[in-house]
Amino acid sequence: MSVRTTAPCRPDASPAPACSANALAVLSTLLEVRTGQQLASYRSWRLDTALKPLLRARGLETLDQLVVQLLDGQDKTIGDRIVDALVNGETSFFRDQPVFDLIAEGLSGVERRRGRTRIWCAGCATGQEPLSLAMMFAERAESSGETPPDIVATDISEASLARARAARYNQFEIQRGLPIRRMMRWFTADEADWVAQPQLLRMIQYRRLNLVAEGPPAGRFDAILCRNVLLYLSPATKAQVFARLASALAPGGLLVLGAGETVIGQTGLFEPSKTLRGLYVRTGA
Amino acid sequence: MKTCLVVDDSKVIRKVARHILETLDFSVREACDGREALDACLESAPDVILLDWNMPVMSGMEFLQALRASDIASRPKVVFCTTENGMSYIRAAIEAGADEYVMKPFDRDTLESKLQIVGLA
Ligand SMILES: C[S@@+](CC[C@H](N)C(=O)[O-])C[C@H]1O[C@@H](n2cnc3c(N)ncnc32)[C@H](O)[C@@H]1O
Ligand SMILES: [Mg+2]
Repeated sequence: MSVRTTAPCRPDASPAPACSANALAVLSTLLEVRTGQQLASYRSWRLDTALKPLLRARGLETLDQLVVQLLDGQDKTIGDRIVDALVNGETSFFRDQPVFDLIAEGLSGVERRRGRTRIWCAGCATGQEPLSLAMMFAERAESSGETPPDIVATDISEASLARARAARYNQFEIQRGLPIRRMMRWFTADEADWVAQPQLLRMIQYRRLNLVAEGPPAGRFDAILCRNVLLYLSPATKAQVFARLASALAPGGLLVLGAGETVIGQTGLFEPSKTLRGLYVRTGA
Repeated sequence: MKTCLVVDDSKVIRKVARHILETLDFSVREACDGREALDACLESAPDVILLDWNMPVMSGMEFLQALRASDIASRPKVVFCTTENGMSYIRAAIEAGADEYVMKPFDRDTLESKLQIVGLA
């Protein structure tokens, strides 16, 4: 397949990597095949901005050159790098804070009846979400003797997972959503960064998992967080992912979505929980 | 309207903080040192105080101790906001009665997040 540099996809003339309609088609196909996300929902400036660091790192000038490298197939990692750069990895500690208390409330009954619970963070980005759960449950273990859960945290982005495993955050990241007392309790200063204590990381198992291409991790989960991940998926793909999430949920288990997300009109497999506002359970459960 | 007292000897910091706070719907007053801040609080206590550490006349720490010892009935939230970013400073501030701690330099997200944590944004 040859890629010609014609028909710029940017109408305005601001200095940004040139991008032909062909290149745009290749990049959007790559993203959709790998992640289910539709590039049409991005603005083209976002494409330029998102890929600029990758271009720089590879000594390339234009998106067309990047696409040529991708298609030439010699460097097997370049597709991953492009996908990493294009997916939105925005996150913070204790994002939508009240949801965390609801999860704790929902799981404490299960823990009393059955012992250790299991949580799956699907789309965990750079680790703030599973670490927030780990902190909250470790504190509850200290105060009430509750056994903390096992947390499985997955993401499609190897780059995000590497950062999550390192659990090292800069001054801006550490201050987003994290109360200072928790920072003092659970993080150690290292140069200008803050690193999570090993006790938290022992509660979390990180692994790569593509939600649109693979089944869920083994076993059933008492809660699944899939927050701000499914936003850009087509309705059909979204329904497929909801079916996978449903199959991974233990009886009575909870599904937690992002603040602006819902299952209503997207799948019949889940319905709003009657007791925990904003969370979802299997329909008829 | 929520009220915030910005206490910093740097005019630039006060201006940046005021701008961010006003977009978060705070009514903002300013003080250049702890002494001025204490007078402002005695006149009328704000909901929250954004407090620098190093200032002439009266430091942020001296101010905080005086504030917590004063008979100001409402208990304004105190968010330290300083370049002193070491754990020993943070611990000292919390032990002296600060509610939150912002490590400079800060941005809008940081400030908004910390104000949310103390229940004000
Ligand atoms: C905006 S972040 C949300 C992080 C966190 N859940 C939160 O709410 O703060 C979305 C994450 O989903 C991941 N993601 C996107 N598509 C995915 C897919 N098909 N499979 C697995 N993870 C995916 C991205 O790599 C990114 O880290
Ligand atoms: Mg100063």
